[in-house]
Amino acid sequence: MTTTIRLQREALDVGAEVEQMTRGRTEIGAVVTFTGLCRADENGVPIAALTLEHYPGMAEAEIARHVEEATARWPLLGVTVVHRCGRIEPGETIVLVATASSHRQAAFAAASFLMDYLKTRAPFWKQVEGADGATWVEAKATDDAAAERWSSAPPRA
Amino acid sequence: MKLLYFAWVRERVGKAEEHVDPPAGVKTVAQLMAWLAGRDEQHAYAFENAKVIRAAIDHSHVRPDAAIAGASEIAFFPPMTGG
Repeated sequence: MTTTIRLQREALDVGAEVEQMTRGRTEIGAVVTFTGLCRADENGVPIAALTLEHYPGMAEAEIARHVEEATARWPLLGVTVVHRCGRIEPGETIVLVATASSHRQAAFAAASFLMDYLKTRAPFWKQVEGADGATWVEAKATDDAAAERWSSAPPRA
Repeated sequence: MKLLYFAWVRERVGKAEEHVDPPAGVKTVAQLMAWLAGRDEQHAYAFENAKVIRAAIDHSHVRPDAAIAGASEIAFFPPMTGG
């Protein structure tokens, strides 16, 4: 099991991250990647960019706690989580979650679990730059519901 | 103890961090928020709707009834919107 958790201001290369996780690892049979991108609108209103604020130290610790939980729930061989911080323009990648396993079910489930928890538990806050200035994005109840479903899910996919 | 503020909580308080020495009667996160709200107008504005504000003690999420004794760093922030 290999784990990579990183925050960075720079653009991220999804292909290079997957290559890094799987190189020489012939026991891996499945890789699932989730890539979150910056849209050009927020609730239908055009935006120029978004800025991600985070809590240094806790952000990494919180992601690590959820990666640990995913590892306990599913037979994973690799997990990579890279989250951007700072200013991000439409079309750029905000977050990458990649999970590797022998078979696809565990990789799919773990990637979904990690994203649901990243959304609601990892200390990041999005601010969007629109025509009327900067505004903070409000948390969505649907994201809380998505994370909540894992608390009653069976321990293994 | 050291307090950290993020996102609109930070903007309303007007600073990212500060050191405070609350009185002995302030024992929980909820009591600390109420005490902070009474300090000045900016803190009052930041904590006017304390129910929506989340807290973390030493990098772990905590509930409003969590004890603050022994904490070295307490952070206050809005619901998270990362990912």
